[in-house]
Order: sequence, then structure tokens, then C-alpha cells
Amino acid sequence: MTENVDQSKRRMLLAATAAAGGVAAAGAGAPFVMSLMPSERAKAAGAPVEVDISAIEPGTMISVEWQGKPVWIVRRTPEMLDLLPKHDGDLADPSSSVPQQPEYCNNQTRSIKPEVLVVLGVCTHLGCSPTFRPEVAPTDLGANWAGGWFCPCHGSRFDLAARVFKGVPAPTNLIIPPHQYLSETRLLIGDDDKSKLKGGQPADKGATV
Amino acid sequence: MMNLLKNLLAWVDERFPLTSTWKAHASEYYAPKNFNFWYFFGGLALLVLVIQIVSGIFLTMNYKPDALFAFASVEYIMRDVQLGWILRNIHSTGASMFFIVIYLHMFRGLMYGSYRKPRELLWIIGMIIYLALMGEAFMGYLLPWGQMSFWGAQVIVNLFSSVPFVGQDLAILIRGDFVVSDITLNRFFALHVVAIPLILVLIIVAHLVALHEVGSNNPDGIEIKKNKGPDGHPVDGIPFFPYMVVKDAVAAVAFLIVFVAIIFFAPDMGGYFLEYNNFVPANPMKTPEHIAPVWYFTPYYAILRAVPPLFGSQFPGVVAMGVATVIFFALPWLDRAPVKSIRYRGPIYKGFLAAFVVSFIGLGYLGLMPATELYTWISRVLAVIYFAFFFLMPWYTKIDKCKPEPDRVTSK
Repeated sequence: MTENVDQSKRRMLLAATAAAGGVAAAGAGAPFVMSLMPSERAKAAGAPVEVDISAIEPGTMISVEWQGKPVWIVRRTPEMLDLLPKHDGDLADPSSSVPQQPEYCNNQTRSIKPEVLVVLGVCTHLGCSPTFRPEVAPTDLGANWAGGWFCPCHGSRFDLAARVFKGVPAPTNLIIPPHQYLSETRLLIGDDDKSKLKGGQPADKGATV
Repeated sequence: MMNLLKNLLAWVDERFPLTSTWKAHASEYYAPKNFNFWYFFGGLALLVLVIQIVSGIFLTMNYKPDALFAFASVEYIMRDVQLGWILRNIHSTGASMFFIVIYLHMFRGLMYGSYRKPRELLWIIGMIIYLALMGEAFMGYLLPWGQMSFWGAQVIVNLFSSVPFVGQDLAILIRGDFVVSDITLNRFFALHVVAIPLILVLIIVAHLVALHEVGSNNPDGIEIKKNKGPDGHPVDGIPFFPYMVVKDAVAAVAFLIVFVAIIFFAPDMGGYFLEYNNFVPANPMKTPEHIAPVWYFTPYYAILRAVPPLFGSQFPGVVAMGVATVIFFALPWLDRAPVKSIRYRGPIYKGFLAAFVVSFIGLGYLGLMPATELYTWISRVLAVIYFAFFFLMPWYTKIDKCKPEPDRVTSK
């Protein structure tokens, strides 16, 4: 009986069955895997956020929620901006060579407008949210402190352009999220695609990071 | 490479009965070679079990067992979770398909006498699975927290309150509250997703172990183990793996085509798999105009309604319904025929079995309908036929004219 087996036909049938079964298994697996991805609600929660920044006093910061994470908006004073280039030598990445920011924020102040910094308030070490310490040379942070953020979890330090200092656990500067100005005082966080705007309004809720 | 695998297998076998278990339950488990269409449904039931467990796990990831959020979370699964509507339809269709497959599986047992000696315990374990499945389905049906969920649970739990003396307290114990509420929902969730599935899996394993101990019955109802070849294997048997597995795979493909067609084209099955009223959130203040259980419970529901209240109590109807479900346990001892299979039974058994099938389907239909006077009377007639099948069995199987069984299995 075995000598009458058409081996090549059997191989072909086996391969065809396996291929069809594989396609079927992939199709059957799709809804299960897809259901694990962010739902429409989660995506809606990740939509761009519009913020009115007119009320932020110079030297202070507000925090808004975007994609469930804190985004800080700081209005820096001219004195703060003056101090920024002074400590480049103490920074791990003073010229922002690691792409932690959109191209339009790859500059000395890491911002579109020099005085307004928009930054994702999540430490690049293990995801804590650092504390805003704008004062100069407080006793606990030392005489060299020129204002910035101090992470309470593992002691990472960032300056007022959210650049990381040398010798702390955080490896990179804080992330600057995509953002754009809808007007002088209205900021859209999470979307920098100008083509999506119709009459100054975001046309689509799809977030881009 | 092959040598490495061989050595690994030998290493495992010295520490775990892998090869011997595989042989005992698959490659050297001999199943009768005359299996027919009716022998597909045991394997299909196992397939549906896997489908229900997997889809259930994924639904649990987005479902909220809280009276305030349950209904909305199901709608969230249907609308917002990516392809969540497929998962939900798989699970709801799977529930109905489970009962279709199980009812056909049980009917196969009735036809070929699969409950007879030496398979009494196998049958009893199977009946326990059936009861556990009914509990699983009933509790699962509460979870979407729609109108039918709520009022169905309300009615079924109130059945227990008709038990004399302890009924009221029993119903309160089941609900954990004086009405079906958030507390009830929460505990039904725990039972539906953890307790009963665990029990189900365990007793299904027991069902298979018992089956492989006594060996499968077959359409001729004769024992293939009585006729062994020189190699010690039944001459009328073929190894479960690969032969029966391949046969079952074909059935699985056909079954899945139907299953998927329902999921995509008729997930509510015209209101039978998912009742329309269940797309309305539960409202304890307003009962829907017409309440019926899901179709797989309706034969028993019709029996419940057919029995008139006695001494001002619904209890006799509840007892009748209970007896109708557990009477199957007694089958191995009710049947006194000298043969097992319907093929060699006389006309009386065939007539009774046919009447039983008609009564079961008829009661199932009437259980879906509003209880008019005419329907109630038809239900009563059918209920009498239903019970007559069991209670008269010791008598009619004895006097029936059976044909002689063959020595070897027959195949057409």
C-alpha cells in the first residue's frame, strides 16, 4: 500500500492545508489581538488638547492632561532664559541631539516661542513626574541650581528647558510633545499637523506623537 | 536535531507520563470504526468550550460587573473596543451553539443506548456537565444587565422562593439581596467566570477519563472490546489519532462555517440567541410585556407553566421542571431492553423516542410563546408525553420486540 502513495501530491495537499489553516488561524486571532489595542474611547482620550495659556504668570507653570499624562506649560521669564546657556557644561545633552523633541523645537530653548515651554512631565528614567523647582539656588538643591525640575523618585534633575543634567539616572532630556499655536494664546497639544486645521480648529481627533 | 528531541522526550518520560498518556488517550485509544454523523458532537462540544473560555477571557478584560456600568460596558465592547463586537457575538452565539451541540450529543446517547452498562457513570458525569452548563448559561445571561437579564434572573430566582418553608430565605441567599441587584450581579459574575468554568473543565476531564476507561459506544450498541485481534486491540476499532481526529477536523470546519456565518449575519438569530429586550438596560420598575427564557431553557419553562398551582403554591410546577431535568440521571436503570442501539430495538421504543423528541421540541416552542389557554393545554399533553418516555420506560423496553445484535459492527 505504501508504495502507491503519491508523495508529491501528499506534500502539496499538506502544504495547502497548512496554508489555509494558517490564514484561518490568523483571521480568527485578529479580533482577540485587536481587542487588546487601545479602544475608540482610549483613542478619544488621547486626542489633542486645546489650552488657553493667556493666564499663565511669568515664572509659573500649569499642568494639563494629554493622553492621561501631565503636560507642563511654563512661561519663562527673561532672567530664566538668560540663565539657560550658562550651564551647558553640566548637561548630558545640551544641544538636544537625541530626538526627544519635534524638529521645530530643536533649539536653545526647546520651544516654538522662547518664553513658552511645552513639555511632557514624565521622567525619562522610570516614568515619575518630576517636581517644578523654579527658584534659584535653594538649600536642598545646591548653589548651582538655576531652576528646573527635580524628580523625587530617583533624583534626576532637569533645567528650565527640560534638559537632563549629567550624573543623574535619567538618560535623556524630557520629551517635548507635538504642539502648535492656534492663536497668540491658544495652544493645541498633541497635534502639529497644520493641514488638519480648518479655520483654526482641529478637524480630526487622531493624535500624532 | 531529531536525536536531541528524542533525548528530551526520553528525559521527560522518565519524569512525567507524556508518551504513555498520549498513547492511552490518542494514538492507541481505539474507537469503533463505524462512528457516524452523530459522533461529531462530543468533539464539537469540546471545541465550543474552548471558544467560550477564550472569548470569555477577552470579554472579561473590558466588562464591568457593576449594576451602574455593566450595560454600558457591554455596549462599550460592542462599539468602542476594536473588533469587540466580534468577541461578544462569538460568546453569545457560542452559548446557543453549546446547547445545540449538547442536545444533539445527548440525543445520540438516547438513540444508541450510550448510557447503558458499563457507561452509567459516564452518562451521569455528562448529566452533571449539562446541569453545570445550564447554571453557567443562566448566570452569564444576567451579566449584560439588560431587561431580559434582570427579569429572567428575577423569575428563575423566584422559583426557589416557592420551596415550602425555606423558599423565601433561599431566594434571598441566592440573590444576596431582597431583589436582583448589584450584589447579585457581582456574585453571578464570580460564579460565571471563575467557579463554574473551573468545575466544568474538571468534570469534562472526568467525562473523558471515564469514556476512555469503558471505551466509546457505537451506532450498533455492541462492545468492540469483546472482539480483540492478536495485537490485543479491538478488531473493529481504529486509533483515535490520527483517524478520528481527522474526521472530527472536517466536522469542526463545517461547524465553524455555520458558527461564523451566524456571528456575522445573524448574531441575534431573530431574537432567539440575543433577545431584543436585552438591548434595553435593566429597569427594576418595569417588566417587559413578554418574558421568555433563552430558547435552550424553554422546554423546561413550558413544563413549569403547564403545571397548575396546587394548594396556592407554584411549587409543584417547580418540582416538575426539576424532575424533567434530573430524570435523565435515572436512564441507565430505567431502560430494561436487551439491546442498546435503536437499530435493533422494536417499534415501541422507536415510537416513544420519536414522541419524546416531538414533545421536547414542541415544549421548547411553546416556552417561547405567551401562555394562552390553548398553548397551556398543548404544553400539558406534551409534558405528559415527556414524562411518559421516562416513567414507562421499564415497562415498554421490556415488552418491545428487539432484533438480535450483530457480532461485529456494521458499516454502510
